[in-house]
Amino acid sequence: MRAARKKRLYLILLIVAGVGVAAALALNAFNQNLMFFYSPSEVSSGKAPPGHAFRLGGLVTEGSVKRLSNGLTTRFEVTDMDKTVSIEYTGILPDLFREGQGIVAHGKLRGDGVFVADEVLAKHDEKYMPPEVAAALKDSHDKGVAAGAKEAGL
Amino acid sequence: MIPELGHFALILALCMALLLASVPLLGTFTRTPAWVALARPLAWAQFVFLAVAFAVLTHAFLVDDFSVLYVANHGNTKLPEIYKISAVWGAHEGSLLLWALILGGWTMAVSLFARNLSEEMQARVLSVMGMVSIGFLSFLLFTSNPFERIFPVPVEGGELNPLLQDPGLAIHPPMLYMGYVGMSVAFSFAIAALIGGRLDAAWARWSRPWTLVAWMFLTVGIVLGSWWAYNELGWGGWWFWDPVENASLMPWLAGTALVHSLAVTEKRGAFKRWTVLLALLAFSLSLLGTFLVRSGVLTSVHAFASDPARGLFILMFLMLVIGGSLLLYAVRAPEISRGGGFAGVSRESLLLSNNVLLVLMTALVLIGTLAPLLYDALGWGKISVGFPWFNSMLVTFMPLMVVLMGVGPLTRWKQQEPGELVRRLRVALAVSIIAGLAVALPLLGDSWSLGLALGLSLWLLTTLLIGLRLRLRAKGGIGGIWQDFAGRGGRSYYGMWLAHLGVAFFILGITVATQFDIEKDERMSPGQSVELAGYDIRFEGVSVVQGPNYQAERGTLHLSRDGVEFAVLHPEKRVYQVQRKPMTESGVDAGFMRDIYVSLGEPLPNGDWSLRVYYKPLIRWIWFGGLLIAAGGLLAASDPRYRLRHRRGASEGVVPAGGVA
Repeated sequence: MRAARKKRLYLILLIVAGVGVAAALALNAFNQNLMFFYSPSEVSSGKAPPGHAFRLGGLVTEGSVKRLSNGLTTRFEVTDMDKTVSIEYTGILPDLFREGQGIVAHGKLRGDGVFVADEVLAKHDEKYMPPEVAAALKDSHDKGVAAGAKEAGL
Repeated sequence: MIPELGHFALILALCMALLLASVPLLGTFTRTPAWVALARPLAWAQFVFLAVAFAVLTHAFLVDDFSVLYVANHGNTKLPEIYKISAVWGAHEGSLLLWALILGGWTMAVSLFARNLSEEMQARVLSVMGMVSIGFLSFLLFTSNPFERIFPVPVEGGELNPLLQDPGLAIHPPMLYMGYVGMSVAFSFAIAALIGGRLDAAWARWSRPWTLVAWMFLTVGIVLGSWWAYNELGWGGWWFWDPVENASLMPWLAGTALVHSLAVTEKRGAFKRWTVLLALLAFSLSLLGTFLVRSGVLTSVHAFASDPARGLFILMFLMLVIGGSLLLYAVRAPEISRGGGFAGVSRESLLLSNNVLLVLMTALVLIGTLAPLLYDALGWGKISVGFPWFNSMLVTFMPLMVVLMGVGPLTRWKQQEPGELVRRLRVALAVSIIAGLAVALPLLGDSWSLGLALGLSLWLLTTLLIGLRLRLRAKGGIGGIWQDFAGRGGRSYYGMWLAHLGVAFFILGITVATQFDIEKDERMSPGQSVELAGYDIRFEGVSVVQGPNYQAERGTLHLSRDGVEFAVLHPEKRVYQVQRKPMTESGVDAGFMRDIYVSLGEPLPNGDWSLRVYYKPLIRWIWFGGLLIAAGGLLAASDPRYRLRHRRGASEGVVPAGGVA
């Protein structure tokens, strides 16, 4: 009975150690794989890490969508109604991508400040706004209101 | 008038649920047989009222009764009949009604088919299911009434979301819900057993077939969802690590652990506390899934427009269920006896490792899914956890699990002599290592990942064959297989066999489809061809066609190989008339060994189009493997030993706890 208990203890210790190592590995990998979201204002003010992949979201600026000569690369701007950032994407855009629509793009900043996206997401419900985009719009709107209030001397 | 009837039926169903949750349960304590006996009729009445409510809503869709707000929002006169029916569960209110109906259905099934249970136990199980039902029905009635009227009545409805107008999606939610809600049966069995203070091998034998069937439905639901995403979302993906997919994967992982742990509890009386905990966990994760989908707290392709009141309700319900059940567990767990002991090398310890790995994976998926919420709440920024993380987690733990999976079925219960095990496994080991290395080494295949996948799949296959050989030898040769099939315990074994074989297919499918797929985004003019993995794809142009409720631009592509044409694909780009929503309908030439997948991009000048063409080898194996897993679950659930009559179950039930080992 004693031996059996000891064996069980070893088994439990082994499992605990295994789970511990696994959890440590997982959390380490986790930190390297986080994708932060930045709004166009944050990108313009240099908050986004250069050379690092992140997500950028906003409304596609009206009249900004241009197709480059190869036919597959599209360039457009996204805005949070305060600042805008140019995005370049090669490939087929999602069905719901259009001007005025809230989108989230996923990629890196190039040296010239253009965001090169490897994925563009537009949600499948038109009434649905990605929460990050909604928050970014609200932030810049609040800022606008605050600035306006200051100017008015309130 | 008719919709009010539905509303009324729903209220009556809630009344039945309230009675069901209280009267029979009280009866089991006060020993009042008449109260206990009420459980079954109440379960039937509840189901009938729910069925009436559901039928009324379906009728409203079929006759386009736009005076009902829900129908006005999601129905349309031009919808084909089948989508009028599937529109019933195409949005929030109706899908909850479907959920409640399915819960009522499972409750009735327990009252009809769980005849091997003692009267008292059955009444308790039904009562617990009634409690769950109260939660969902009051959620329906108080926050999301599908029968709400609208005035003035619109002439035309807002139409079902076009993305959902697909046969795969018409049946995906019911299947998934059968799985989610089915987990409530295992949950109710566990709670009822905890209330009664009697957790033994008989309890495990009662819960096992129910859990297996629920798990089978969940598997089919997930497979269908994946297949739908592949066909409808237009970029050839079949799994996105989207929060809502994770929400279905978590109960599946916990359910898989539960199915295995129940086996140990039934056969050996061990792991009782753990099994109970898993049963609570699996259902809680199903509820969490509902919360995530319905509240819109997470960014997801599935998110409906959110409503904080609903989210709050589910969150409170969730806390009540999890908190209440854990409290009961904490009170009762010390009374649960330990099971039989087992050695370090034994089937028990291998199944324990399987459980640890599955729960670990569940936890990782949970962390990955909830991290964005946590980061946001703590003000650490808005994050998302990418694909690569989930994938690397899967690649880290899956191989380990698969290795154990090969060993487990060949290991004896209680104690296994290691030498014998090695002798049994050596052929399988040699075959899989040699084949894996051959493909992994630079000279031959030069693919490390394919080598690993092939090695693991062959490992599963060979160990399964060895196990089958051993079993058949014990049963008197190949002729004994039918007798084995009809007898007790046989179908459990073959069910396991089939499900594990499914995993072998799944692993190869996943690896090959992700590592060797070829994707091309092309600009094509009519008449132009593109070469893809030895196939020639000729674009013939795009014409406009009129569907029942949409207009489509329909491409024509001819597929040929070595100059022989073998298929014509018609990918479409549809615009649905009511919602003016564009939708991609991909064109797929499906095959067991490979898919050719084409979707239309955008029109370019001069009649050119941007097109997306994919070559997806072995992609069907992923779903085929999933269906094998589900079939295995169904086969195991059909084992005759679960249908033994009441007397046997009861006589085992009175074995004093702890005496089972």
